[in-house]
Formats: sequence, C-alpha cells, structure tokens
Amino acid sequence: MKPFAPRRLALLAAVALVGLAPTVTALADTVLIRGATVFTMGSQGTLENADLLVTDNTINRIGSNLSAPNGALVVAAEGRPVTPGLFAGISGIGIGEVPAVSQSMDATNAMPGLYPEFDVTLAYNPNSSLVPVARVEGHTFTLLSANSGGSIIAGQGRVVALDGGYDSFHGNGVLQVSLGRGASELTGGSRAAQWLLLDQAIEETVRPPAQGEDALLTRAGRQVLQGYATGSTVVFSVNRADDILRTIRFAQARKMRAVIEGGAEAWMVAGELAAAGVPVLLDPLRNLPGNFDMIGARMDNAALLHAAGVTLSFNDGASHNARKLRQMAGNAASYGLPKEAALAALTIEPARIFGVARNFGSLEEGKRADLVLWSGDPLEVTSLPDLVIVNGKVDSLESRQTKLRDRYLVTDSEMPRAYQKP
Amino acid sequence: MAAIERFLAGLLLAGTAVAAGAEPFPSTYEPLPSQPTLITNAIVLTGTGERLDGASVFMNGGVVEWVGEGEAPEDSVIVDAAGRWVTPGLIDVHSHLGVYPSPGVDAHSDGNELTNPVTANVWAEHSIWPQDPGFARALAGGVTSLQVLPGSANLMGGRGVTLKNVYSTSYQGMKFPGAPHGLKMACGENPKRFYGSKGRAPSTRMGNVAGYRTEWIEARKYVEDWAVYEEKQASGDEDAKPPKRDLKLDTLAGALKGEILVHMHCYRADEMLTILDMAEEFDYRVGTFHHGVEAYKIADELAEAGVCGALWADWWGFKMEAYDGIQENIALVDRPEGGCAIVHSDSSEGIQRLNQEAAKAMARGQRAGLDIPPERAITWVTANAAKSLGILERTGTLEPGKMADVVLWNGTPFSVYAKADLVFIDGARVYDREDPALQPVSDFELGQHLEVTP
Repeated sequence: MKPFAPRRLALLAAVALVGLAPTVTALADTVLIRGATVFTMGSQGTLENADLLVTDNTINRIGSNLSAPNGALVVAAEGRPVTPGLFAGISGIGIGEVPAVSQSMDATNAMPGLYPEFDVTLAYNPNSSLVPVARVEGHTFTLLSANSGGSIIAGQGRVVALDGGYDSFHGNGVLQVSLGRGASELTGGSRAAQWLLLDQAIEETVRPPAQGEDALLTRAGRQVLQGYATGSTVVFSVNRADDILRTIRFAQARKMRAVIEGGAEAWMVAGELAAAGVPVLLDPLRNLPGNFDMIGARMDNAALLHAAGVTLSFNDGASHNARKLRQMAGNAASYGLPKEAALAALTIEPARIFGVARNFGSLEEGKRADLVLWSGDPLEVTSLPDLVIVNGKVDSLESRQTKLRDRYLVTDSEMPRAYQKP
Repeated sequence: MAAIERFLAGLLLAGTAVAAGAEPFPSTYEPLPSQPTLITNAIVLTGTGERLDGASVFMNGGVVEWVGEGEAPEDSVIVDAAGRWVTPGLIDVHSHLGVYPSPGVDAHSDGNELTNPVTANVWAEHSIWPQDPGFARALAGGVTSLQVLPGSANLMGGRGVTLKNVYSTSYQGMKFPGAPHGLKMACGENPKRFYGSKGRAPSTRMGNVAGYRTEWIEARKYVEDWAVYEEKQASGDEDAKPPKRDLKLDTLAGALKGEILVHMHCYRADEMLTILDMAEEFDYRVGTFHHGVEAYKIADELAEAGVCGALWADWWGFKMEAYDGIQENIALVDRPEGGCAIVHSDSSEGIQRLNQEAAKAMARGQRAGLDIPPERAITWVTANAAKSLGILERTGTLEPGKMADVVLWNGTPFSVYAKADLVFIDGARVYDREDPALQPVSDFELGQHLEVTP
C-alpha cells in the first residue's frame, strides 16, 4: 500500500528532530494565591480559605496566612476552587493536527503486522495548536497514545506535559492494545483469534523463533513486548463484559499491569476489576448500545465502578476537544459518582495509573506546580479557568482560538480583519 | 368537494409537490392522553426572551392555556415546582437518529444515499428506524421535537423530516403534523472528497457550486413548466399536458417556492457567502446554515439575510474547514440585531445534552463580555430552532395556544447537574424521571442482557 514509504520517512525525520532540538525552559513565576478552596487531591485533602505559594516551578507551600515574597503575583481567590492541572485523557494531542488531513496525522501505524516497538512520542510536536487549546482549559498532561491501525497492538505512548517542551515526557512507555469488536484483518475477523495472536507474540518474547521460522514480531518488537510482559502498563481498549474478564485473566497470567479503556460494560464485572486492581478509563456519557460490544452501556457506569472499589479515570479520545473531559466528569457526578471521586478521576487517579504521580495529579509541597484556579465548581460546565499555572509559570490563557475570538469580537473594523492581530 | 379539500390541505400540509395530490406518507401522529396540568412556583423561561419567577404554567387539551398567573379547574394535576425551572421542550434541528441509529451497524447505515451527488429525490423519513434507542435518551434530555436529516456527502442530499419525539411503530406516527420538509444541502469538503475520490464531479469547491447551479436551472424550468401548464388548465385548455413528474425536481421546486426549507451544511464563512449569492441568483431562501464553524466571521451578514446558524458549542478541528472553530461562535452569531443562533447536535450523545451545550456557549459568551442571560440562551434550543424548522407558530415557546411541549427541570437547565424531571409533549406526560413506567424502552433494548433467575 502506498502510504507506507512516506510514513517511514516521517518517522526517521522525527527521530532526528528530537535529537537536535533545544529544550524549552519555562521561566518560573512566583505566585501567591490567597483564600482559595484548595482541592489538593493529596495528603492535605480539601482546604478552605487556604493560601498556596508557587516558586521555582514548584508548590512551595500550602497553608494559611502565607506572606508574599518580593515580586510575587498575588491573586485573591475569594473562595474560588484551585485544583491540580487536569488530565487530558488518552489523546493524540501534538501527534495529529487535523484528522481529515492524513499528512498531519501520526498516531496510527497502518503497517500490517505487530509492531509493539512503534512509538508515537517520536512524532510529538509541542507547537501543535492543540497544545494551548487544551492547556487554557486547565489540562496540563495527557497520555499520548498510538491508535490501532494495522493490528491489535497499536504501539507505545507516554505521558507528556502540555508545557510546550520538546522533551516533556514523563513516566514509562505505555502499550496500547485494541480488542473486541472490529477485530483487525490480522485476526481473521474473530475476536477469539486475538488471544491466539497475543499468546503467540508473548511466546516469541520467551522463545525467539529460529531463523526461517514464521515470526509475528521483529527483534525490536520482542524486546519491547518482553518489557510489557514483565510488569509495565498496557492499555486494553475493550468494552464487552466477557472481553474485559478475559483481559483481566490474560494480564494476570502474563504479569502485565492492565488498564481498561472504554469499559462500556465494565460495571457488569466491577467486582472482578476491583479484585484484580485493574483501573478503568471510561467515557461516562456512553449510555447507548452504539454497537454489540456495549449493549449494557449506562449513565451510572462510573458510579457503580467506584462503589465497587475500581480505580477510575475518563477518556473519550477527543484530542481536539479534550476539554470535554471535565463535562464528562461532571455528568458522572450528576449520575452518582461522588464529586471528589470525579475530580480525582481527572487528576490524581490517571497520574497514578500511568506512574507519574510524583509530578502530576495533586497539589503537594515540593511538587511540580501545575494548577488551575476556577471561576466556580470545577465540574460545572459554566465554570471556566481564571488562572492556569503550568510548571510554575502563569499561562497566558491564549490559544489560536482565543486569538480568532478577539479578532472577530471587535465590531468596528475599517481595514480587513487580517490587520487585527490580538 | 371533499377530495378537493383534501388536495388543498395536502398541498398546504406537505408544502411540497407541484404535482402531488394528497400528502404522501402523511402524519398519523396523535397526541398521547393528557390531563389538565398545572405547574406552580416555577422559574419559567418562556422561550420568548422572558423569565418569570414563581410563575405557573397551565396545560389543557394539549396546548398551553396560560403562563404566569391564572385559573385552573379543580381536577387539574398539580405539580409543585418550587426551586425548579420550566422551559419549552427542546428542539434539535440536526439529528440523524433513526437514519444512523444505535447500534451503528452497516445494516442500519441509511443516512447518505452515496450513489449520486444530487439525491434531492430521497426522503430521510424513508430511512428512519423508529426503534432507535436514541429517541428515548433524547427524551430524557428534554427533546420534544427534532429534525432528522440525510447526511452531508451529497450536494443535495434529500428531504429532512421533523418529528415529535414519541415512540411509534412507524415514522408516520412520529411525524410533526403540518411541519414543512427540509432540503439538506452540503458545502465544502464532504461532497468533493467523496465524489472526487471516485474520480467524478464534484472534486473541488468550484465543482460543488457548478453542481448546485446546474440543478437550480433545471428546477426553475420545472417550476415554470408547471406554471404554464396550470395557467393553460385554468383557462380551460383541455389539451394541456402536465410536465412529467420528477421526484428530485419536486423537492427542488418546493425549495425554490419556499415550501421546503433549505438546511445548508456549510463550515467556512466564504462558502456561506457564496451560497447566499447563489440563493439570490435563483431567488430562493437559505433557512439555516448547519455546523457553520466560521459563522462568527459573518454574524452581521447572517443576521441581515435572516439566516439562522445551527452550531456546536465547541467541536472543531476534525477537518480543515473546522479548523477555525471557537467557543464563542454561538454567542457571536447571537450578538447582532436579528441574529438567529441555534445549538444543534448532529450526535446521539449531543442531543441528550443540548442544555449543557447551550450552557457552555452562554458561559463563553459571558466571559467575552456579552450579556447573555438564561432567558436569552434558552432560545438557542427552543424558539430559534422552531423558527428554523418552520414550526414556531406551533411550538418552541410557552405561549397560550401553542402545543404544550414542556420540560420541568430539577434546577437551572444551564448546568451539568440539570436533569429533566418531567417532559410533556402536546400536554401528555411522556417522561418522568422518578417513574420507570413513564420511561420508554425501544423494542431493540427490550430483553437484552436478561439475567438467569435461579
């Protein structure tokens, strides 16, 4: 098929770029937020009328009556909520600009065959317009993820901070596997054959095929997959209850740290998920039988999973509209998920699930300063970010979209709008 | 005599067909049983731009009898709405429920007739699967009427139909009585991408425009041929022969005559202006631009032309023509005098939360410094939508004599925590959040996932 050659070239170019590019260093701001309701999502819990001091890219202190250092920006919160920077879901932010423009999209490896070594971080462009669009809404980190293209093993991604850095990756690689409906051509059209392939691939990591013997994986692929089969995190996109159960058992047998993405019917096997300690990233607005893998979809999926003790986060794969995750969390809360759990599912839970809680997901002294001051309840659709701090720097709250807004907000424009450069 | 009356009524109701007799596929919708119902102590957003606090709404015989204060018979059902809000039933002008239903399998994929760039002859209603579970979900979100449209792969994709959101074994049983048909047309990337990839016209935007114009020329001729025939007939010419009837041209002629309302899928500002010029050229009216991700760039021109913009709160960027999307689009289209902003869904998820989409757009507008109170924002999902569908005289606001399409919300509808407590269609209580007996379940969902009882 035609697209492969240029795709491979693009991959090589991306490797070269990462090697050469200078790292962006964010200037640190000193900021004192006074009188906020601070949802630390950490050991300090939720603090009323609290002060929070940011210096040197980190959270210096959270307490009361803190004094402002010289030159600090002092913000009177007057009770408004402060939360950690939000997770932007499992996304393609920075690895795809316009989905209908295939040349701008790098998240999918359509080469037929199993390539667990395919790594989308090598395509990450921090200058994508999607990065500020997500950041101005308070989303400060995301899990970059490969999309399933030629096979059920989509490839690897990693958490990236949306701070504009070329190398702002955190945590270990995460492997993406898609199972269930839409069984790829590679599995002959049956989901039963997906397990056969996965089993054989794992087997190859243990006993490499002899020369001339049929092999599913390249040598690099064997090495990468071996890492995941010895305790690294694998995201399985799967929705039907029985598929979820099989995934749990497969991951347990192979010592994989499984994470379920999708999980439309996860509530039906909530007990098993909780017992196995397998977290679920779900779209809480999914309440329709969109296909035969999600006949059991319902609005209180999140609430039921939480009640059963399952660790939760949210995802809908909408990179451009990652900001909708907050609305999703609000709806989950509206359908029975406790508000604190909904907020945790946007912050500390995904940070823990993907092994980056040292830097993300909670507000704690000494931790990287990614935080948001909200105009009201952070789960409410009419609340907006008043202040976003990313890695200790006050964000301009500007994106391509706010520039367009400001250009057309002006009513009297004698010259063409092209001369309006807000 | 009676036959002639039916013929005239058919013309009036269908608002179509030069040549057709009685309306084909007529509505068989009948309002469900209702009781006189008085909702008291509510915050009422009337849909006319007004907010009434501590007000009552009285529905009787399927219509709104009065709003504010008044008398109600003693046997009325009384609903104390203290702390709760009442709005007109929400209306979605852009849905594919039934034609792209759940489950979304190929066997159900009936929304785009992908065999010709001009399929004005097809009617979306003939693709509707009335058992789509999506209708029930939309009802729980307070949607009482919706327009189901063909997709946007074609320049002229066919007729859309307006439904009352009630379950029926046939779409005719849902069909909004007397609502005009819509004509779905599409600008930009979709038609040129789909047909261009097949090596046929249109493969460019100029090809798109040439395609529409060619059709309008033919349709004008059709209208004239019929006029000539009718004139001859009226003057007693017994040899007058009617032109050959053509389904495609019936639809286009209806659009030229203003009997079928034109719903134009169009993202880019420059293309919308091209379309307005074309409408001038062929002397027809564009009723509503759908999606209009760049509508904010021409908000004044849209208001001046009296064209509505049916828009999303925040979707953007999925294709080039959606790259300039901003969250203030709806508020900016609403800004000029005469602006007609509508929140639409185009989605089985979005239609369930039109109120939240409106809330987001309102919040963005307010932050941009525009004064948009809830009583104004509610018009984006009620009165303006009704205007777009040509049913504003019947529904879309809470005014005496209008259909009693009413939602009682648990609080302000402009909240992520908002839920419809009760939904009334023509005065009938068709949804009750607290009463499973009043929560419809489609045939498809009935009996799925049965548990084995020991």
